Amino acid sequence: MKLLTHNILTSKCLKGVTVGYPLGIVAKEVKVNEVEFNPEFISRMIQKVDWPALCKAAENLGHLDNLPPAVVDDYENNEDFLKKAHHFLMEIEVINGDLICPETGRKFPVTDGIPNMLANEDEV
Amino acid sequence: MSGRPEHQAPPEIFYGEDEARKYTRNTRMMEIQLVMSERAVELLCLPENQPCHIIDLGCGSGLSGETLTEQGHVWTGVDISSAMLGVAKEREVEGDLLLGDLGQGLPFRAGAFDGAISISALQWLCNADQKSHNPAKRLYTFFSSLYGCLSRGSRAVFQFYPENSSQVELITSQAMKAGFTGGLVVDYPNSTKAKKFFLCLMTGGQQPLPTALGVDSREDAPNCVTFSQKRDRMKQLRAGKAPKKSRDWILEKKERRRRQGKETRDDSKFTGRKRQSHVW
Repeated sequence: MKLLTHNILTSKCLKGVTVGYPLGIVAKEVKVNEVEFNPEFISRMIQKVDWPALCKAAENLGHLDNLPPAVVDDYENNEDFLKKAHHFLMEIEVINGDLICPETGRKFPVTDGIPNMLANEDEV
Repeated sequence: MSGRPEHQAPPEIFYGEDEARKYTRNTRMMEIQLVMSERAVELLCLPENQPCHIIDLGCGSGLSGETLTEQGHVWTGVDISSAMLGVAKEREVEGDLLLGDLGQGLPFRAGAFDGAISISALQWLCNADQKSHNPAKRLYTFFSSLYGCLSRGSRAVFQFYPENSSQVELITSQAMKAGFTGGLVVDYPNSTKAKKFFLCLMTGGQQPLPTALGVDSREDAPNCVTFSQKRDRMKQLRAGKAPKKSRDWILEKKERRRRQGKETRDDSKFTGRKRQSHVW
């Protein structure tokens, strides 16, 4: 699971959850990959990304170094910023661990890079 | 063939390890999925030359996702079968994968995606796989959560196999209730084999539906997808002769046997008469 995906994931499908965002991460295994840099895509995704949640996630994974604390002005033309955003959103992958609902504490296990978002019948 | 897959078992059980492997090794299946995925992406009407963030609903082993990657998009896939997702992982697809049940709703933030595709998956939502399942409610939960996580103006295209018209009605009514506009595009409507159903849903208010393929008979293109199946070619081979099992065919065959010197009953008015159908 890339951090881009984590950034858009919520637990709001569960009963009793209002916002369900952001999900906490406890990671047992993290991988760093090399992914082709697409500045246009990253530039557009930055508009959708919740930056504080991204920082929190990177911090939970212990990969916070080099992540800019906030989105800079005129980021579309700032290649250095885009490259850093790309690294954190697309190249850091959680392989094993848990995602945690901030309102109920319910855990969603991540196995082999795939989060299990299946809810029990009594949870939806 | 024992009928429609969704009548045999819930999807996470039907697509177990063996079926998942078979599905992804079957070259004919892969070819069909590829063509349908490309058509679905075409119907999405995404802005040209722009990499988009797409969700693949019922992504399975990633066959449709690969089309998205090929066209330069970044995608996330959701499926209920861990065996199918396992195959996708083995094939090292680019998209992020999630194990989830579409009928429980999509767990994403508002406006997360620029588009959605789904190949051969939607019909699975129309059956109650568990006692507690209410297909209409699950469809509504699915469509309303999908509406929420799509950015305004984006589309969702579903290729699926409807069992009957009431299923189409059920699906479209829940989609409309959830706020979508749009409708069904049927490619090659006159061909039993090539006919394909695409549900095209839009979020940006009423827009004209894309034109279906194979509808205009004045087109030079054949009125069905050129399949290389042996059966089609064989159908044309009997063009000059009598159709099999007809009275003429029987009389011809008896003549052939006589010429071969085999013992043959004489022809009579009863030769090749219609018999009452048997009850075995």
